[in-house]
Order: sequence, then structure tokens, then C-alpha cells
Amino acid sequence: MLDNRAGDAFVAFEHVQKSYDGQTLVVKDLNLSIGRGEFLTMLGPSGSGKTTCLMMLAGFETATHGEIRLAGRPINQVPPHKRGIGMVFQNYALFPHMTVGENLSFPLEVRGMDKAERDTRIRRALDMVQMGSFANRRPAQLSGGQQQRIALARALVFDPELVLMDEPLGALDKQLREHMQFEIKHLHEELGITVVYVTHDQGEALTMSDRIAVFNDGRIQQLATPSELYERPENSFVAGFIGENNALPGTIEKLDGDKALVRLDSGDLIDATAVNIRESGQRTTVSIRPERVEFKSELMPEGAHTVEADVAEVIYMGDILRTRLRVADSDNFVMKFRNTAGQTRLQPGQKIRIGWHPQDARALDPV
Amino acid sequence: MANALDPHAAIVTTAAGETDGTLTTADGRPLARALARSQRRAKRRAFLLVLPLLAFILITFVVPIGQMLQRSFYNDGFSANMPQISAWFANNPRGTPPDDAAWTALATDLQASAEERSIGVVGTRINYDVPGTRSLFTSTGRKVRRGLEPPYKETLLAIDEQWQSPQLWSAMRNAATPYTGNFYLAALDRTRADDGSIEQVPERQQVYVMLFMRTFWLSLLITGLTFVLGFPVAHLLATLPMRKSNLLMILVLLPFWTSLLVRTTSWMVLLQQQGVINDLLVWVGVIDNGQRLQMIYNRTGTIIAMTHILLPFMILPLYSVMRTINPSYVRAARSLGATSWTAFRRIYFPQTLPGLGAGALLVFILAVGYYITPALVGGSSGQLISNMIATHMTDTLNWSMAAALAALLLASVLVLYWLYDRLVGIDNLKLG
Repeated sequence: MLDNRAGDAFVAFEHVQKSYDGQTLVVKDLNLSIGRGEFLTMLGPSGSGKTTCLMMLAGFETATHGEIRLAGRPINQVPPHKRGIGMVFQNYALFPHMTVGENLSFPLEVRGMDKAERDTRIRRALDMVQMGSFANRRPAQLSGGQQQRIALARALVFDPELVLMDEPLGALDKQLREHMQFEIKHLHEELGITVVYVTHDQGEALTMSDRIAVFNDGRIQQLATPSELYERPENSFVAGFIGENNALPGTIEKLDGDKALVRLDSGDLIDATAVNIRESGQRTTVSIRPERVEFKSELMPEGAHTVEADVAEVIYMGDILRTRLRVADSDNFVMKFRNTAGQTRLQPGQKIRIGWHPQDARALDPV
Repeated sequence: MANALDPHAAIVTTAAGETDGTLTTADGRPLARALARSQRRAKRRAFLLVLPLLAFILITFVVPIGQMLQRSFYNDGFSANMPQISAWFANNPRGTPPDDAAWTALATDLQASAEERSIGVVGTRINYDVPGTRSLFTSTGRKVRRGLEPPYKETLLAIDEQWQSPQLWSAMRNAATPYTGNFYLAALDRTRADDGSIEQVPERQQVYVMLFMRTFWLSLLITGLTFVLGFPVAHLLATLPMRKSNLLMILVLLPFWTSLLVRTTSWMVLLQQQGVINDLLVWVGVIDNGQRLQMIYNRTGTIIAMTHILLPFMILPLYSVMRTINPSYVRAARSLGATSWTAFRRIYFPQTLPGLGAGALLVFILAVGYYITPALVGGSSGQLISNMIATHMTDTLNWSMAAALAALLLASVLVLYWLYDRLVGIDNLKLG
């Protein structure tokens, strides 16, 4: 279903490249299609090119090469004020010399709307973010969360079809951030707008998005739904960047379709699913999620290879028990299991054998 | 206790040791006094540290300005040295023709004053009001020192016919009281007529009001020019990368590090009729050799040189404000649909106002009191009120007049400052 979107994409990047100094590429050959009504998140570490992509879409940076299209229309030469894209900035960028009402009125005034129409829309936008009684305040008199809501209302007040958000929740504390994530998601669903969201917080990306584009080194490493991204990462970077991950280096011993037998550097043999592996003898990094590791033989599949492990540390986290193990030369192998009534309590120093379903261990490119 | 049942009140009582309504410390002393005592030492030390500065300001700033202001309405040059005629003026109303008693008092005073060699001071004082009378006093003084015979009127008139001039007597009457507003009247091109009413001085003597107007108008123009020239430069400084903006900043500050005379001389080299700019214009063919432009030793010269000198005072406050304006404001405005001009006019420019206000106030106040540059390159049409004050200080030695002009200048600047505070608010001022 998602692949079908490419044809009638609302926003499309085609072979977009960007260089600031003429020597290095910040964005390398970006191809991305965003469907109408989609919530797409650009996720990546700082300097990965995600904000540059957003700025090119907004019109504040020009693409060095390639084409960006909005609703089928090339917009490379369209100045930002004619693109009709709403934008929420990291520091909110509320105009400090204007009241909240004047801030919201600004995009309507520059569109030549009359006063009655403006007032209706401002009231509607403020009510939408539950800030109806704040029209006469100055931004400086508001808390961070309130400013965030006003910035959101201002980006939505002129009914744009596309809204860009550049790390809009970065300055809020954890609790407020989670609350606002929910509200933004809710507004997105309610208004049916297209949202392109930039963040470096993977938890935020997983909770809010329809699809996530993971950026690194100027390229999209993987573009997929949150569950796909988490459960089936396509390379070591994505596996390591999204969620907690155990990485075991080794060599492909045997390859049979997508079933791979991996000889770890410590000599242990394990089962894995080959992802971007072409032939046996190739170096690989096997990625396993901590919650998919089992230490009870009855939970492992028949005939699965197991590895010996030393319990190094058990951390009590309330709902889960996080256990650090020494496995195959690595002493930072993490296993998580739920803190249920009948759960086996492991002790540091204990020797156990661990294993997993082969589809949960993914043989990826070597790090 | 207002509310004995309130549990919080009970806690406060035990914690602070409250007795009969005032808070006390643990050993029973009132809290306010204990606090004052604990801070007294620190306050005393802070005061002692600023004491030298306080004394310096008092001695070099407050006292001289006070003295100057006093001179503008107090001058005892005549009244202290001519006590008898001053008393006669006090006892007889304005319009009384000088009788024998008056002539006697005048002659006695002149003689005494001549003996004490203070006749020059007296003559100078009257000379302020009636030009050319100083020599009348000194020459008469030389003659009366040998002795004076009654009838005094005839004797004095024999020395000089001018002694019966009504204008002279009116001037002497005005000078007979040490406190006078006449210097302020003169500073506004007004004078006191013989009957005591206030009237304008003859048209060809009206200079001060015109000079005040010119000073304010030129200062306003120069402020406007520094804004037009300085705003883009400040914007460039604030947006360029640090390394480049530092280089540019040195260029902005260069005028500060160059001697005023060197700067002014370079303007002379550039602007004079046989100077670089005129040569260039003639060479290019824009003007004829016979029509070389007069750009210095007139008002144009004053404007150009002062704009150049005062430019950094506009650029620096603007720069310091602009540097703090986040570029995302303009981006936000653009994304909301504003053209770059609208974004500048409605979003960027209003945020630079505190810097613009500070710069404009600074440049205007400096320009209003500027002295050296107009004196060097201003010719006659580029002279400002400060040059007139200087003339009265050094040439005519009419310090009271200089003081009155300076006091008016000071007052008008204060009025402007007050207006600025009312309109923009002094809290919005950002000097750096």
C-alpha cells in the first residue's frame, strides 16, 4: 500500500543533492515520496542531513541538484512565502513584539484576509490547541508548552496542506513532550494534513509516525513503518539507532536462502536471518533485540544453536529486569525479560545458555 | 494569633519564634534588625568602594555644571562694584529720569570703582547689553580717578556725551540686580525694552534661535544619515560568519582609533575644491573645471564629516541588538506567507527598535553638542550652537551668555530624553 504512494506523491524528492561548500555533500541522492495525509518523520543523528532536507522543502535552502515537487508541481524556484507550507520551528519563533493574537493574525493579514474572517480563524485555531483565552498575551508571558501550542496554531491557522516540524518538542521536559506528541498526532488525524517531522528522538519517531525515514551520512538508510523499522532493520546503523540492540560480529559459515549460519569471532555458531548478505565467508554483524533473547530452553525453537553466557549484572527497572551478560567476548550483551510473578531470578556470576528464534537474529553488514 | 486552629500558622510561630506579631530570630531579636545588621558591613564596604568615583563625579561634574548654570542667571559684575547707583535703581521705578541723586551715586561709584580697578568688570557687564560701552567706562574711569567735582551730571557729560543715553541707563538698570533672566532672553533673541516689556531684537541681530534651529535640524539629518548608512552595515555584521564580521568590525571601529584631526584633514583632502573628489568628477566629465563643487567649509562639510565620525555610535547598538535576533523569526514570517520585504518591515525591523532608539539618541545628543568638526570644516554656514558657546567663552568673554546658551541646550536634550522615555521607554534602550 505504501509503495503505491510513489505515483501520486504529494511531496517528492527526486535525486536531490545538497552541498554548502562545493566539496562535501550534506545530502546525497535523496529520493523520497510522501503521500497526502501522511505523517512522515525524518529521524537521524545531528549532521545527518535531515534538517537540510526540511529546509529545502520549506524553501530556505536551495537544492544543489535534483527536483523537489509539491502536489506534482516543481518548487525548486518557488520562494518560501509562495509555497503555502506551515512550519513549526525548534525554538517556536513566535514574534516577541506581537501578542499571541497578532502572531496568529500575521499569516492571514499577509494573505489579505479581512478582519472578521481573521478573527474567526484565529479563534478556531486557538480553541484547537486549547489556548482560547491567551490571545492578548505576549509570547514571553507563556510557558514553553504554551508557546509550543501557539506555534502549532500559527502554523495551522492558514489551513496549509503540508506542515513541517523541526524538532518542535526538543525544548520541553519529558512529561510535557509525551503529552504534546499525543496532541500533535491527534491534530494530524483530525485535520487530515500532511506532516513532515524532523527529530533525533527515536521514541518520538516511533510513537507518532506513519513512516520513518532514518537518515545517516546524507542518505536515507531505511524508510519504513515504525514496527518494520524496529523489527526488521535493514542495516547495522538502523539496528543500532532504533531501540536497544545487541551486535555480535562474525563470519557467514553457511548460507541457504535467507537462513544463515554465523561463526562468531569467539568460535560459537549461531542461527540468523540473512538480510544484506550475498555469500558465505562474508563478514557480518548479527543484530538481536534484548527482549527477543531467551534463556529457558523450552522457549527456544527445536534444535536452535545456543551460546554460553555469564550473568554480569541484573538491573531492576520495575516492569522489566535488564540483565547484562558476557557473551562471545562481548561483556555488554543485554537481555530483557518481564518482571512477572513466576519469573526466574538470575544472579550475577551465574552461567546460562541463551538462544533465539533465527528470524530475530538478523545478519547485517559488518560495522 | 489570628487563627489558632490553622496548622500552618502554628508552624510559622514555632519556626520563627514569633512574639506579639513581629518575627524574631532564635535569640529573640527582631528579624528585620538582625537582617540589617548582618548586611551593614557589606553595604558599608560597597559604599566605600564607590566613594572615590562619587567624589570625582561631584568635583568634576556636578559642581562645575552647577556653577555654569548659576552664571547664566547670576552676574554681579555691575551690582557688586556699583552699590550706590544700584540702590538708586532699586528705589526708583523704571521710567524715572535720572535726577541729581542718581548722577551723584553714579559718579561716586565710578570713582570708587576706578580706584579699586574694577571699572573694567563693570564696563564688560554693560557691554554685553550695549556693545561698545566698555571703553566708555574705562576711559571715564581713567579721568575720574583724579577727582570729580559737582555738578556731576555736567562733568560726566563733559567727559562723554554718551552718559545721557537712555539705552545705557536702561542697561545699567538691568544690571543693577545680580539675578537676571536677561541672558536667557538674549539667548532666545529677545530683549527687555525700555518700558520693561519683552521684545525681539532687531532682525539682523537675531542669531541664536536660528543657530538652535540649525543645530537641531542638522543633528536630526545626521542621525537619519547614520541610520541609513549604518543599518545595512550592522545587519551585515550581525549575519556574517564570525571571522569576516570581526574584520568588518575593525573597519567600523577604525575611525575611533584615528585622531579626530587626522580624520578631519582627510576629509579636507577629499572634499576641497582642488581635492580628490572634485578632480575625479572633472576628469570623468560630470562637472566642468570652472564649476567645481564647494563641499567643505560649509554646511555640507559639517554634515559629511559629522556623519562619518558619529556612524559607529549608530552601528554598535544596532549590531548588538541584531546579533540577538534569531534568524528563525524571518524564516517563520516567510513560511507564513510574507514576502521578504514584509518580513523585514513587520518582523525584523520592529525587533531592532531598541538598538535603533539607543543609536539615534546617542548620535543626536552627541551631534547637538558637537564642536570641533563644525569649527574645522563648517565654514560659516556650518557653525552650530556649540561654536557660538565657545565664542562667548573664549572671545567675547561673556560667560553668562555662554552659560545661558549651554543651559538651554542641556534643557532641550533633557526634554528629548524625557520624550523618548515617554514614547519608547528608556528600558528598551540597548547600548551594547
